[in-house]
Amino acid sequence: MGNDRIRVLAAASGGGHWEQLMLLRPTLVQYDIRFATTEPAVAAQHGITAVESLPDCNQNKPVESALCAIKALWIVLKHRPHVILSTGAAPGFFCILAGRLTGARTLWIDSVANGEELSMCGKLSKRFAHECWTQWEHLADGQRPRYFGAVL
Amino acid sequence: MIIVTVGMQLGFDRLIEAMDALAPQLGMPVIAQTGKGSYQPRNMEARTKIAPAEFEALVEQSRLIVSHAGIGTVLTAARCAKPILLMPRRADLGEHRNDHQLASVRKLDGRPGILVALDETELAARIAEGLALKDWTAVQSQTARQLHTALAAFIEARPL
Repeated sequence: MGNDRIRVLAAASGGGHWEQLMLLRPTLVQYDIRFATTEPAVAAQHGITAVESLPDCNQNKPVESALCAIKALWIVLKHRPHVILSTGAAPGFFCILAGRLTGARTLWIDSVANGEELSMCGKLSKRFAHECWTQWEHLADGQRPRYFGAVL
Repeated sequence: MIIVTVGMQLGFDRLIEAMDALAPQLGMPVIAQTGKGSYQPRNMEARTKIAPAEFEALVEQSRLIVSHAGIGTVLTAARCAKPILLMPRRADLGEHRNDHQLASVRKLDGRPGILVALDETELAARIAEGLALKDWTAVQSQTARQLHTALAAFIEARPL
């Protein structure tokens, strides 16, 4: 399959998570890429208009989290990506979970801000994503998470 | 123009006070986002908070960012291709709950466009270096190259 035929969904919350996704953009645009974020207005600032909007949520907000999970599943069913990746946080994790239901290959890249320990969703991704990567070498154990470099 | 930021959550008077003392010698305007600090700068424009969109516009106009070692600001600097000088907060001075900023700067020091001042005495020399940086934006750090390569391999289902 040609690279431009590989459907990729890249999801990140607004702020630092999104900034890291944007630093990965030069690689992502080689594929049939679709973005999802909690702040579509910021995506528009980067010239990305075809963006899926996710409601923001975190582990302390069960109702918002449930709604976000439903929206994530809807986005994944709509686009049927071959690959789903997220740089965080919870909304991106829900996209990965949804991807497990549709057979997508899934990748969690833990935020470079987590230099002391993996984020909560990062820890969950060790179990639920195909790959879980940290951006700090000393946090990697060679399997889960693995280290392949950093956005910086 | 130089923009100084310490984030929104905590003050960092040691950095603000040192930058205020240096500001008259820098030969360009200095704007500081001072957060919850109590020191009142006299030689630079100071604001407690700057909204994200305005901060971004200021970064675009600036020649150098001087910041606490917050990853959010480092990422903004990377995206806007501006050099950034980091001074870490210290737990023993009550500037943060632990010394993770010290650990961060040790790992980030030397990456393209990133400079480090371990304390206020190193600021003047590092600012001069930061303002003199040229053509570093074309350089992708080795760690970034590695991550992009691995990401492409994962997406294409090649061996990692």
